[in-house]
Order: sequence, then C-alpha cells, then structure tokens
Amino acid sequence: MTTPPDTDQFLSAESAAAMAVRVRGVTKEFGAGDAIARVLRGVDLDIPYGELLMLVGPSGCGKTTLVSIIAGTLGPSAGEVTVLGRDLVAMGHAAKVRFRREHVGFIFQSFNLLPALTSVENAAVPLVIAGWRRRKALEVAADLLDQLGLGDRLTHLPGELSGGQQQRVAIARALVHDPKLLVCDEPTSALDAENGRITMELISRIAVQRDRAVIVVTHDSRVYAHADRIASMEDGRIESVAVGPRKQSGTGA
Amino acid sequence: MLWIAWKMLIGNRAKYLGIVFGVAFAALLIAQQASIFCGLMSLTVSQILDIEGAGIWVMDRNVRYVDDIKPLPDTDLYRVKGVPGVDWAVRLYKGIARARVDEGSYEQVILLGLDDATLVGAPTHMVHGSIADLRSPDAVIMDVAGHKRMWPGEPYRAGRVFEMNDRRAVIVGLTQTRRTFQSFPVIYTRYSQAVRYAPAERKVLSFVLADALPNESPGTVAARIEAQTGLLAITRQDFLRKTIRYYLLQTGIPVNFAVTVLLGFLVGTAIAGQTFYLFIVENIRQFGALKAMGTGNGTILLMVLAQALQVGVVGFGIGVGMAALFGWSIQGFSKLAFFMPWQVIVITAAAVFLIVLLASLLSIRRVLVVDPAIVFRG
Repeated sequence: MTTPPDTDQFLSAESAAAMAVRVRGVTKEFGAGDAIARVLRGVDLDIPYGELLMLVGPSGCGKTTLVSIIAGTLGPSAGEVTVLGRDLVAMGHAAKVRFRREHVGFIFQSFNLLPALTSVENAAVPLVIAGWRRRKALEVAADLLDQLGLGDRLTHLPGELSGGQQQRVAIARALVHDPKLLVCDEPTSALDAENGRITMELISRIAVQRDRAVIVVTHDSRVYAHADRIASMEDGRIESVAVGPRKQSGTGA
Repeated sequence: MLWIAWKMLIGNRAKYLGIVFGVAFAALLIAQQASIFCGLMSLTVSQILDIEGAGIWVMDRNVRYVDDIKPLPDTDLYRVKGVPGVDWAVRLYKGIARARVDEGSYEQVILLGLDDATLVGAPTHMVHGSIADLRSPDAVIMDVAGHKRMWPGEPYRAGRVFEMNDRRAVIVGLTQTRRTFQSFPVIYTRYSQAVRYAPAERKVLSFVLADALPNESPGTVAARIEAQTGLLAITRQDFLRKTIRYYLLQTGIPVNFAVTVLLGFLVGTAIAGQTFYLFIVENIRQFGALKAMGTGNGTILLMVLAQALQVGVVGFGIGVGMAALFGWSIQGFSKLAFFMPWQVIVITAAAVFLIVLLASLLSIRRVLVVDPAIVFRG
C-alpha cells in the first residue's frame, strides 16, 4: 500500500466516476523464482478528467512500468486498473488493442516517428490505424500540425526536422484522434530547455481538456510548473502526491 | 496501413535494394538456368519437331529416344500399311554419316532419308533451292548451320560436291532447321540414296512414319499398329515426351541444372532473408509504436507480408527480365540453348514466393512478439 498522500489523492465514491484513471493495489513483477524483480509494490492512484498529472521519481522507481500499465501496453501482476471507466485487467488482448487505438494518445521520449513518413503522414497514423481514409486522415492531421505551428513542414521527413519540431509532430500524432487519455513519457528529455518549455506549454495548453486526462512521466524539474498534481514515486510506490503550480495558480482545469 | 508498410520499406533504400537484389539474383539464376535446361531439352526433340506431317511414329520396341536407332526390316513398312485405320505409311532413314570436307578433314553429319515418292518429312523452311531438287542424282539438302560448320565463311554454292561415306553427294539446297542436341550438320536426301550412303547392314529402316485416316484418332491407330505388328507405335506428341523423359531420367543433365537452381534458391533466400530480418529489427521500435497506438497483430502481419510480397514482385520482375534479356541477347550468335516457356516463369514465380515467405517468416515472429511497451524504454 502506498504512503498516504498529502493531498486529495483519494476522492469520494461520487467523484470516482469522474476519474479517468483509477489504480488500486497494483503490483508488477518481472522474472521468476530467485530472479524475480518487484517493480511496482502496491500502487494506488487516481487521475480525474481535465488534469495533468506528472509522475516523477528516480530512474528504476517504476514510473514507466506504471504508465505502461495505465496505457494498456502492459498487464499488472495484481491489483485493479480502471481507465476511462473500463477494467483493463479484465480486458482481453484484442479489446486492449482497440481501447488504445480509440482512447489513448502517446508521446514518447524518443519521438518514435516513422522515419520514412512525412510530418503529416506521421501525424495521421492513429487515424489510419482507426480505419480512416488516407486523404481525410491527412487533411485532419495537416490542420492540427498547422495549429502547432508546423504548417510549413507538412511534407518534411522527421530527419529534416529539429528535435522540437519532431516532438510537435509527435504531439499532433498523439492528439489527432482526440484521445481521452494522453500518456507522455519523458517528452522533454531529448530536447533543449527552450524546446522543452515550448513542448510542455503546448501539451498543457492544447492537450489538457475537461474530458481528457494527461499523464507526464518526467525527470525534468523545469516542467513541473505545468502540472496540476505531481506524484512522486520511490522504489515501486507512490510516496506522495502534491498539488502542482498549475492548479495552485488556478490555470488548471 | 499498406501504404505505411510500403513507405517504411522503401524508406531505407540500402536495405530495400539489398532485399530486392537477393530476390532478383535468385530469380535470375532460377529462370536462366531453367531456360537453358528447357533449351537443351528442346534440342533433344528438334528432329521430331522438324519432321512434320506424320502423326504416328513406328519403331522397334526397344527404341528409347529419337537418336536411339534400332533398324527394322523393310517389310515392316508393309505390315504397318496393312493395319486398319492407317491412311498412309512411309519409310524414314536416320543415321550418322561421315562427310569429307574440301580440306580433307571429316565431319559427322545426321543423315535423313525421306521416302522417294512422297518426300514426307522434308524440311519446310528452304533458304536456297527446292525440295523437288532432291530427286536429282546424288542430291542432298543441308541445313544452314551445318553448311557454316563444314565450310565456314564460304557462301552457298548450288551443285557443290563433297563425299559422304566415300560416296558422291551434291548440295542442291539449304534449309533452316532447328538445332540438334549433337549440333551435327543435318543432311536430307531420298531414302534410296540414304541407304547407299549408310554402311551396309541387313536392316536399314529407322522409322515408319504414318498417319491415321481422317475419322480415326492417331492414338487409337497407333495402339492398333502395336497390337498387330508388335512394333512400338506412338503419336508424335508421345514420342516427344518419351525422348525428353529419357534425357530427364537417364542423363545427369537435370541434376546438374537442379543443383544450380537450388543454389540460386538458397543464396537468394539467405540474402533476402537476412536483409529482410535486419530491416525488421531496425524498424522494431516503429512496429512497437504502431502496436502501442492500437495496431493489431493481424494488421502488423499483413504489413510485413505486403512488404515481403512487394520485394518479391520487384525482384521477380528484375530477375526474370534479366534472364529474358540474356536469352534475347545471345540469340543468333551463341551456341547456348535458351528457351523460356511460360512454365519457367510460373516455376520462378513460385520459387520467389517461397523465398519471400521464408525470408519473412523469421521476421514475422520477431515483430509479432514485440512488446508494445518497448516504446517506453528510452
């Protein structure tokens, strides 16, 4: 069980329905026998809609594992995981794939753009996966890239873009299908300070909406200013959850 | 999703060209060697093909292929003629003779003796002279390639005299024939003339050429000839097959070519498989990202197979195209036999399909088991 949080991490039963993410007693172990590694040791976490939660902590504390479980790319060893009202633990493989396709957006540390696709094609990938017609998907992706200031870089390949521009393409790709959960894994770690700041501003300005929850895994203390809450992890547990500057200043949802 | 697969594939030019090269190399080797093999096989039956007009060939029961001559007594001609359903039957002499060229050297030739009255089996593509000229004393007609071989660089001269088995022969015409397996010159003459050239033997009749009445099938009449005479009587098509079967089963030719084709297949599979696997491994994070974003394993499988199929089609096109170009470029001046029937193209396509399937199998497993959470590992 986690250390009791110092803020309102646990909400009342009435407000539980408003939770985008609800994690209870989640453990995760890798390996078997003597070589077993306990990465998560009973994590409880709630993330309401409209909130940007930052997950912070030292390397190896279990941040990435937890976010993988919440995103549905990894299953827990034990515990309950309810995301957008769906029980991910009970969900079958195919349903999980469909769930991710329809409801989850991803921003990765190393962008993971397809190097052979142009910016607009990369941004359109989730729509293509969802079965949209190519032309329509490209139109929607182009509009979003334009909003992100990349209207003149639509036909550029990732290799022709700066790191900041690539991450903006990745943001467009994560948001193009209007997901209800956005998972960002170290979105600024491959960027310089200025591009990191711009990226977080874009995420907090465009991604955070009333009907969407955003989780940002980060090491970068410079971006804490954009957090509604900050959950600190240590040794596979959430040690504390603090109200972030964004909520304190009243700019959050 | 297929256009994404296509762009991923050609996005890495070096790998793409490497895979295509592997497949194209295999396709080239398979198609080219198979075509040379078919060319050689077609040479073995060229003399059957060149003797037109006879639907039935009658021969000794122990004959195994067209050059395996086991002479018959002349009376067998009349026994064949007497079988019901036979429209006509004529004699054909086929043997090897020794021709003496001007300089005193000798050349082995294939000697064909046609029925004196009808000249059935006469060549159809005369270049100089006419078939009727064969009726002159000592007259022979020679194939163009044979004339070049016996008198290289010299123009055709009607009435040219040479010796064959120490007897006089006069060239009265040149004809275009298919190349023979032995590449010997082919000389046509009348049957009565041919037996004078041939060494003295008790039996000289090589084959009886016959045809069925219009209301009878050659196969039925051939069976009737066999039943009544005890000779081997088969249709022209069956004789083609019998000859080819002999070369396939009794000579090492198919094995030699099969080894080369197999080598091409293995090398092509190795190159294409290894490069394709490296391509997939290099893109494993991209596939992981696609899976994280909700692409199912079925779609991923389809993407990899589409990529494999794409390189297969391009490699096949290049390989078979190059093999055809090779065949076309050697036409006319090379002694290399080359014949590319549609079956060679189908076999090559099947081999290429197998290559890309094998090449993609290992990669498919690798990409299907990739954990989508891989994208969260920096």
